[in-house]
Amino acid sequence: MRPGAGSILLRYLLLAGLAIFFIAPLLMMFLGSLKADHRVLLESGSLTAFLPHELSLQNYSDVFRRTDFLRFFFNSLFITGCVVICGLVVNALAAYAFARLQWRGRDLIFNLVLALMILPFEAIAVPLFYGASILGLRDTYAVQILPFIANAFAIYLFYSFFIGIPKELEEAARIDGASTLRIFFSIIAPNAKPVFASVAILTFLTWWGSYLWPTMVTIGPTVRPLPVAIASFYTLPPLQWGDILAFGVMMVSPVLLLFVIFQRWFVAGVASSAMKG
Amino acid sequence: MRLNDQTTSALLLVTPALLGLLLFILLPFATALVLAFTDLRLGSPLAVNFVGTDQFLSLFNDPDFIRALLNNLLFAAVVVPLQTILALALALLLNRGLPGTVAFRTLFFMPVVFPMSLVAVIWSLIYAPGENGMMNAFLQWASFGLWEAKDFLRDPLLAMPAIMLLSIWQGVGFQMVILLAGLQGIPQTLYEAAALDGAGRWRQLLHITLPQLRNPLIFVMLVTTILAFRLFDQVQIMTRGGPENATTTVVYETVQAAFARQQVALASAMTVVFFLLVLSITWLQRRFTHHEREVA
Repeated sequence: MRPGAGSILLRYLLLAGLAIFFIAPLLMMFLGSLKADHRVLLESGSLTAFLPHELSLQNYSDVFRRTDFLRFFFNSLFITGCVVICGLVVNALAAYAFARLQWRGRDLIFNLVLALMILPFEAIAVPLFYGASILGLRDTYAVQILPFIANAFAIYLFYSFFIGIPKELEEAARIDGASTLRIFFSIIAPNAKPVFASVAILTFLTWWGSYLWPTMVTIGPTVRPLPVAIASFYTLPPLQWGDILAFGVMMVSPVLLLFVIFQRWFVAGVASSAMKG
Repeated sequence: MRLNDQTTSALLLVTPALLGLLLFILLPFATALVLAFTDLRLGSPLAVNFVGTDQFLSLFNDPDFIRALLNNLLFAAVVVPLQTILALALALLLNRGLPGTVAFRTLFFMPVVFPMSLVAVIWSLIYAPGENGMMNAFLQWASFGLWEAKDFLRDPLLAMPAIMLLSIWQGVGFQMVILLAGLQGIPQTLYEAAALDGAGRWRQLLHITLPQLRNPLIFVMLVTTILAFRLFDQVQIMTRGGPENATTTVVYETVQAAFARQQVALASAMTVVFFLLVLSITWLQRRFTHHEREVA
């Protein structure tokens, strides 16, 4: 199947057409964030939406003036960081015990953990909300972090990777009398960087963008994360599109930065979720 | 005894994770199953009663909830095939390794890393009413001026398609990446043999590519179907279920019941219905997937 010159041209034309559909909203966001508020909507209906002219950072300083952006940014960073880091440790250790240690009840419990993967968060949101309400835990960091550290799918991803690491690597250390934890941190973890990266990226993406749960449990701005903050900023009068887009750019920039640097890992991480099932 | 040794350390290693799963997944889920058969309301001073299947009966007599179910079904019926076909087309276009494909892949995948709340806000601007709105202007240009400017998100006929389009924009890169990985796993020798037999492009696509992609295709369709039933963020931010319930969804109704109206029992019943839907979709996927290697 050698494609001819015509077919290659056709391919590029199709790709370019599709690229416009993907790039137009992104370009509009970036350029709009740099234009005066009244011009954003006015120009969005013409090609001037995509022309960089008369740009300024005014909207960005307006965001800091009109809303407590740094607090929301910190909240998102703190919540996501805690879920990612604690999640990596807790889930990887559990997966190691399932993949490598011999203990009574292991297979039964592991199958129960796998069965939990079918439960989407929406299937537990209501009782969790009820629990958080009667315990008076709404509007806290804890309620946005603790429930999401242990994750059946992360355990499954770690397990699938650990099971493929040659046993010989551990045997020598075990004969030397190294403890299980020591073996895990000095032998398993260094050999399992790809799965740590995949799980970290998947978890980070999920919680950086998470909206449903924080919108249910946060009340004031104190522990409000970015997704809830942009939704409420979007309805804060007067409607200033430039400011809203500047908020959006700042909200997505850490993810984009990581994405550009670690693109290979992002794609691998997301694709690894396809091994499920 | 080495076995006992390992049992002790294994229990230490799994306890934090199992405790988390038990407290924050299994226990809440079991609670929902029980609460769905009561009349509990948050903050109500009245005693809680078991009411059998009353909540489910009232759900299925509630036109809003029925509408929500239908909207989810419609969303799935439109978005799943469209998004899968688009993802397959993108993956096929990118699979040849032409110069520049990495840049295109990056671009198509980029919306996947965008939080849905931000996507909803950006697209609200795209759907702005009046001739200045980008979508209106584009349609006017594409129809040689025939299109009359619409207020997409307040139009009962257009609000749902508008939400579908941005959902496809955000999600298709995810499917594309999985299908690309699937395409790269197809042995090149199959195509060479087919070419020797004189099979053209389309026949190769139909008889080699699609059958070889069977499992990834079923997987991406499953994920998209489940996402279709989890639809919430876009609706909450852009339309609040309106206009005239045109965009309400099962999760939106559930959150409304639990959060705005404090009807925890009713919301639990909705949760159970939602879970049964997800369960049956997953069951269907398992049935249709060829299992070459079993897990665990």
